[in-house]
Amino acid sequence: MVNNMAQNRPDEKTIWQWLDDIPDPEVPVVSLVDLGIIRAVNWHDDMLEVIITPTYSGCPATSIIAMDVETALRDKGIDKLEIKRQLSPAWTTDWMSSSGKEKLRQYGIAPPVGKVSSCDVNDAGDGSSFAPAKPIDLPCPRCNSTNTRCVSWFGSTACKASYQCNDCLEPFDYFKCI
Amino acid sequence: MTDQKLLFKFLTRLGDNCLILGHRNSEWCGHSPILEEDIALANIALDFIGQARLWLELAGEIEGKGRSADDLAYLRDSHEFGNLLLSEQPNGDFAQTLLRQLLFDAWHVYMLDGLTSASDPRIAEIAEKALKEARYHIDRSISICTRMGDGTAESNRRMQDALNLLWPYANEMFTSDDVDQAMEDMGISTPLDQIKVKWDMLIDGFIDDANLIKPKDNYAQRGGKQGVHTEHMGFILSEMQFLQRAYPDAKW
Repeated sequence: MVNNMAQNRPDEKTIWQWLDDIPDPEVPVVSLVDLGIIRAVNWHDDMLEVIITPTYSGCPATSIIAMDVETALRDKGIDKLEIKRQLSPAWTTDWMSSSGKEKLRQYGIAPPVGKVSSCDVNDAGDGSSFAPAKPIDLPCPRCNSTNTRCVSWFGSTACKASYQCNDCLEPFDYFKCI
Repeated sequence: MTDQKLLFKFLTRLGDNCLILGHRNSEWCGHSPILEEDIALANIALDFIGQARLWLELAGEIEGKGRSADDLAYLRDSHEFGNLLLSEQPNGDFAQTLLRQLLFDAWHVYMLDGLTSASDPRIAEIAEKALKEARYHIDRSISICTRMGDGTAESNRRMQDALNLLWPYANEMFTSDDVDQAMEDMGISTPLDQIKVKWDMLIDGFIDDANLIKPKDNYAQRGGKQGVHTEHMGFILSEMQFLQRAYPDAKW
């Protein structure tokens, strides 16, 4: 009986493809897989476990994301489903796929620049370097000019900063490194 | 107190700091002097509310009485809250809000950094998550507070007034009690005097850069951690808890 179910269940690769079709609720141009917030997909006999990590601890989209995953997988006929939250290792923009970054750029959001994995808390009392540095010469997603400026380190959602292009004057979001 | 009770107290203090300061910051939403700062405060408030939920969820789990993060946030009274007095201070003028945030962020970032190597992995992983956010908070706080202090005569006066006013409350962060001592002994948190050394270095550097004068008095107004709050706390709770008190068990 268990073996039969095991044979009928879709393989993990298929599940990942399905998850890749689910858009992020706040930035619908990228999928949950592009964002790197789906950490694992595991079968336990006939029960599917999906492990999700939040981007920011207060991200209001987290519960919607869990609901979207549940709805999408139930539509594919998976009845026994468990969605788990995993905090560690904490989500980082390093996990965003390169295709995801390109989709962001085309959508008008400057994707994160550089890696944050090697960033440590600075004890020297120089407050400028607690968080990853603000990128200079960030290309404008509209006209590609690097003559841009940071308007605010906080933007329309927790994960973004506000920038403006000094040439074409386009205000745009920068998906900041975390 | 048992280790379990001590840990519960420590975790509710962490969660309550985030919840109350997050609530205070959220009061600015739609009222800040400029749009960018309005958005920044709302974003920071959101991070804090998220962190509060994580800490209070874990506190409830460790307590083992089935209390959720919401139960702890909305159904406790003032004397059961363990947040620092600093976090509940009124928003005052914008200088007071910004400086309150800086004094807290400087403590928060080093406290969280220490907690990332806590002996309890559940605490370490929340700290790892929260630290990433706290780093962005402290960056903003230092940058804007320095510019305000080192700005016009008026902005400098306001920052200095805020510093004088909030200084005794900041000192509470470093007064250790039986809960803090137990957390050090259990390998959970960094000793407060070690955090104080780093905090002092950061804040002294800021005071210097911002052309401010460091208050000489090191008196610490204490009580928040033990549940003895200022008169402001009841007003915060009456607003924050209104819905759950008026309509018990109301769901979103």
